[in-house]
Amino acid sequence: MKKKKYKKILILGSGALKIGEAGEFDYSGSQAIKALKEEKIKVILINPNIATFQTSKKLADEVYFLPINPYFAEKVIKKERPDGIMLSFGGQTALNCGLALQKKGILKKYGLEVLGSPTTSIELTEDRQKFADHLKKIGIPVPPSGSAKNLKEAEKVAKKIGFPLMVRAAFALGGQKSGVAHNDKELKEIVEGALAVSPQVLLEKYLHHYKEVEYEVVRDGFGNAVTVCNMENMDPLGIHTGDSIVVAPSQTLNNAEYHGLREASIKIVKSLGIVGECNVQYALNPKPANVKGGGLPSANRLEYYVIEVNARLSRSSALASKATGYPLAYVAAKLALGKSLLEIENKITKVTQSFFEPALDYIVVKMPRWDLDKFKNAEEKIGSAMKSVGEVMAIGRTFEEALQKAVRMRAGIRESVTDNGFAPAELNKFLAIPTPRRIFAVAAALARGMKISEIYALTGIDPWFLEKIANIVKAEKEFVKSKKLDKETMLRLKQAGFSDKKIGQLCGKTEFDMRTARKKLGILPHVFAIDTLAGEFPAITNYLYLTYHGNHHDVSPLGRAAVAVLGSGPYHIGSSVEFDWSSVHAALALKNHGKKSIIVNCNPETVSTDYDMSDRLYFENLSFETVSDIFEFENAYGLVVSVGGQRPNNLARKLSREGFCLLGTSAENIHRAEDRNQFSALLDKLGIDQPAWQSFSNMKEAVKFTERVGFPVLVRPSYVLSGAAMRVCYDKRELEEYVNKAAVLSPEFPVTISKYIENAKELEFDAVAQKGELMVYGISEHVENAGVHSGDATIVYPTQRVYASTEFQLREIAKKISRELDITGPFNIQFLFKDNKPYVIEINVRASRTFPFISKAMDVDFPKKAVDSFFGRAKPHNFIYPKSVLVKSPQFSFSRLLGADPILRVEMSSTGEAAAFGKDYDEALLKSVMTTNFFDFRREAVLLSLGGNLNKVKYVESARILANLGYKIYATDTTADFLKKEAIPCSVVRKAREASPNALDVINSQKVSFVVSLSKKEDGERKILSDGFRIRRAAVDNQIPLFTDLHLARAFVKALARYRIEDLEIKSYKEYIN
Amino acid sequence: MKISVPAKLILKDGTEYAGKNFGADISAAGEVVFATGMTGYPEALTDPSFRGQILVFTYPLIGNYGVPKKEFWESDRIQVSGLIVCDYSQSPSHHESVMTLAEWFKKEKLPLVEIKDTRDITEKLRKQGAMLGKIISSGKSVKYDDPNKRNLVAEVSTKKIITAGKGKKTVALIDCGMKKNIERSLLARGVQVMTVPWDTDVTKLPVDAVVISNGPGDPTKAKKTIDNVRKVLDGKIPALGICLGNQILALAAGGTTYKMKFGHRSQNQPVVELGADKCFLTTQNHGFAVKRAPKGFREWFKNANDGTNEGIMHDTLPFMSVQFHPESTPGPTDTDWIFDYFLERAGLRKRMRAQTGNEKKEI
Repeated sequence: MKKKKYKKILILGSGALKIGEAGEFDYSGSQAIKALKEEKIKVILINPNIATFQTSKKLADEVYFLPINPYFAEKVIKKERPDGIMLSFGGQTALNCGLALQKKGILKKYGLEVLGSPTTSIELTEDRQKFADHLKKIGIPVPPSGSAKNLKEAEKVAKKIGFPLMVRAAFALGGQKSGVAHNDKELKEIVEGALAVSPQVLLEKYLHHYKEVEYEVVRDGFGNAVTVCNMENMDPLGIHTGDSIVVAPSQTLNNAEYHGLREASIKIVKSLGIVGECNVQYALNPKPANVKGGGLPSANRLEYYVIEVNARLSRSSALASKATGYPLAYVAAKLALGKSLLEIENKITKVTQSFFEPALDYIVVKMPRWDLDKFKNAEEKIGSAMKSVGEVMAIGRTFEEALQKAVRMRAGIRESVTDNGFAPAELNKFLAIPTPRRIFAVAAALARGMKISEIYALTGIDPWFLEKIANIVKAEKEFVKSKKLDKETMLRLKQAGFSDKKIGQLCGKTEFDMRTARKKLGILPHVFAIDTLAGEFPAITNYLYLTYHGNHHDVSPLGRAAVAVLGSGPYHIGSSVEFDWSSVHAALALKNHGKKSIIVNCNPETVSTDYDMSDRLYFENLSFETVSDIFEFENAYGLVVSVGGQRPNNLARKLSREGFCLLGTSAENIHRAEDRNQFSALLDKLGIDQPAWQSFSNMKEAVKFTERVGFPVLVRPSYVLSGAAMRVCYDKRELEEYVNKAAVLSPEFPVTISKYIENAKELEFDAVAQKGELMVYGISEHVENAGVHSGDATIVYPTQRVYASTEFQLREIAKKISRELDITGPFNIQFLFKDNKPYVIEINVRASRTFPFISKAMDVDFPKKAVDSFFGRAKPHNFIYPKSVLVKSPQFSFSRLLGADPILRVEMSSTGEAAAFGKDYDEALLKSVMTTNFFDFRREAVLLSLGGNLNKVKYVESARILANLGYKIYATDTTADFLKKEAIPCSVVRKAREASPNALDVINSQKVSFVVSLSKKEDGERKILSDGFRIRRAAVDNQIPLFTDLHLARAFVKALARYRIEDLEIKSYKEYIN
Repeated sequence: MKISVPAKLILKDGTEYAGKNFGADISAAGEVVFATGMTGYPEALTDPSFRGQILVFTYPLIGNYGVPKKEFWESDRIQVSGLIVCDYSQSPSHHESVMTLAEWFKKEKLPLVEIKDTRDITEKLRKQGAMLGKIISSGKSVKYDDPNKRNLVAEVSTKKIITAGKGKKTVALIDCGMKKNIERSLLARGVQVMTVPWDTDVTKLPVDAVVISNGPGDPTKAKKTIDNVRKVLDGKIPALGICLGNQILALAAGGTTYKMKFGHRSQNQPVVELGADKCFLTTQNHGFAVKRAPKGFREWFKNANDGTNEGIMHDTLPFMSVQFHPESTPGPTDTDWIFDYFLERAGLRKRMRAQTGNEKKEI
């Protein structure tokens, strides 16, 4: 392999976070950029994800906040003229964009070399059939499959492959008419059903309850390859690995299996000529029937099939990297430059190099985080399509310890796998049908005495895992029976992974009591290091975890020189990469004050958990118990709870009570802002307006309140039965229905009802204060009206439709609140604005979601400012009016969630965000909307479905603009009538439920470039299959941009009229701010 | 029935670690060493190179997939004097499992002790080097025992000549404590394998090539083997040394060996083939190493981490040896091609190497 000196390299990012493409690519991109910078190569990055670390000024030389598609990529290439491009650090988005650039001849045109794996290999892995053929050619098994056009053919294929068979209808969405055939009779039934909806059936060997195993391979250009890690899914094949509980290394594979699959992985990777990283996924038969005994080769002892190969960094590789301490993305970037594995130093040990396979002396458990109940109507069942939005990784010395940690890390709500509540009748269902709750159903079944063999038959989870879960159940049972909490029992429970809180719950004590009792017994966790070589070489490593299976510490306390920064935990809806961004920036800023940083976090998809972001990293849970144990061990100076989002913020009072020094605003004042009653009283005292609200424990009081303030009202129960927690009710009937159905109403669980102010603007006020005085602030504006969750809103900075006097009012209010709460550090206030009157709806005395957005827009490092304020050294910022406009758009993942209604509500449902700068609002908005949607502007057509007269009247001007732009307008019945009356030409389409051709056909045939579907108000539960829902769902399923908000839909059309795509500026971040 | 009895590990320096013995209630002594492989415990435990040693697995969860039939073992018994693990799995799960690890240890009358902080033991051994130690089960005392003072090779070697395979060419396998997979690897390549006792003068037998196996302890203790191998070299019979065989070949040809601080006992040892710039991941299990390559030989492989010798090759004749285990089991199969290469150089097999190992270097 030739070693070329590269001067400038273009890296493609992955854009906004979405299901299946999340924070892991911030980690991989950031490591790649660092690896290139070390080589003094200029790095150009295209990534509109404003909340990522990789788009910080600290990293790439030039960052373009632009959509990641061939059009914009070509413009950047033309401008920057890089000599190389890297496609494997930005997930499928970057890969698709890169392959398209290749296909269009753009890479050739500009003499751009693709660094890393050859594109021909990547393309091969993307084509299912060609790749299967390739694997067969090199002697690697793939699941036998075939297709048939009639029953006779199907029977022939079945004979060849053998039963059981998975039978699917070809070209059918969502697994329609598919099933498993165990014999000729079932085959006939399923094939006939499938042929009724499709001209072809696909048959594949059904790998029932096969194990799923993955290998992460790196290979250099000289042909040297290692497998950095293997991982075993606890859940059998059939559940997406992103939705599976995964352990590393594999636990139930013997030497022949482990190394047989390893050898196959390397063979595959070599055959593809991979340079960099590659992931190989296998199905492994746990009970092979026809394997030869003894002798060579070991492959004769196993029966396996390759399921998938990803020739790029992936979510799994990020996990492998964090699980082993091997910096995969960093190494992959170096390899792409032509280095050999031997030339790259092992960043952890610093004494060895990168040609090795980490030896672990711990077990890692990865558990997904789902948020399915945040989506209306979304199906709970999990399967071959990924639905989780984030994940946690737990490290322990036993499976029990790691699993129980993972359960707690996931949401901070469940304390143990034994926390469950299944009715006996539903238990078998929850075992047989995989859902996010299955692990708890397993524990419940074990507690009820179900046999391991029965649970295995229902779940396909290997008995080894079930036995371990049984150990946990047994430990709890024995303690509950004996109630004796001596040193031995306490140690046993801690070693089985139980938290103080859970042990307390089992014996009627608080977690504080339990902690005291445990410390008195002298039972404390030990601090172990991850060194990639299981202690074989001396390594100075900062990568740590806690265990009760030890009696020594690998490190000594840092003492008063250290400050602990609490991270965000798993990504989920409402808490995402933006909090990791704030955590990392805060940790880095500590250096300026002579402090060492300790990061506590448990999310493997983050930059904060990278080996070089802090002086010490505890890959641990963000719970009171764990943080306290770490803090006491380290004997640190202080704690930062205000940069990792709500999860660490919630710990403020408990940690403060323990006597730990919280940097910034006091826990008491944080609580005053969080507690609705206290905060409301505070606002009254300061003479600040807020929407009328009250707490209720019975319906009568609630109705009386609504009589006083009028409908609509926003209802927020403190205990939710199912589904959405918040809801807007427009009349008494809706209110009664909601309270009766979704919430518990009792003195113990009061419901908060507030006046819902319609047609109000919403503004975000982000700031850092020091001892109550504002040091820096920024105001951004929601494009949508209040009522859309701020996380789902399109946000613009600077404000576009706000008077200077309004901003002045906001600042004065913020000053008052800040002084009253004596705020030091970050905070955010959400304002409603109506009829020139501001209302405060919420305050968070912590860094908000908009922190990276406002920091980048204003070019001020807000977290750094916050850290300065902690030490009393912040200086007031001199405000400079920006030269550019920044617009942020939400990214939704509805297409991944079958059945979910893609509508904006008071509950947040977006999974990520992206932003774009522009010379003005229209230009920035247009680019921004394009960053999270796939527009095909060649289709100059649109579907309008405007519910209600008001929406029709308010949108008529936009419709006229579209018509004038030459757009063909399709409109549903009443919308069409209205437009015709207004002399706007349009084609009528039938309602979605009416006969074809109808609105759905227009969408399904990809005739329109976007859809505007406005409904009167938030759809009630009753209208699940309403016309609006079907139109919205069809748009999402066809990946056609969908607008459901009047204001955004109007703003978009206005921008569309002003700028053609070729008019949009191609400017780097530096050009916008300098 | 009691599942475990109290036990402790005492190191020669006086350090004690309390634990639970799941194996036979028997005390044992030996040299305490650690191994970092994450899988393949049945193979490691039956590797005769571990004879006389108390083995500590750094990977904490052991016993997960039970114990397979004897035909999958590397010798016909457990070779370690005792085993230390962090978390013993009492309920294994695997289709090949015929018994639990504890049942096996009980059957073979050896202790299997669970001690929580195996990382502490490992770090101690790394800092201070391999150390004598003893497992005290149920308080039954036992004396320290330095296995390196014994002729371990003689202990573990076959007592009689065993011939296997139907090939036309015969390879003598000098059993210094060989792993069965060396024999399997040779048989799979179509040669007849004549396994002979460690002190056999193979030049008196009708053989076409000689393989000197791995084995336990200090190579200088196997003086007879060294003398016999010298005769092999004098007779220009092609020879391949593996692990201890590497050291014996070096000594026979006039090189020197030394005891390493704590040796290499893992499945992730990177070796570099000199002159080819190719790296391979290997399994290793040795406490001694070749210090100086003999005259007429060049260094073939070296360790990528610490630069120690990993193999030597004669400048002109088909004499070669490797410090690692090309037969793997347990461990990566990267260097399986060594067998092909040796048999080719020995003239017992047509050139196959292009497909199996190093693509770059054509012989």
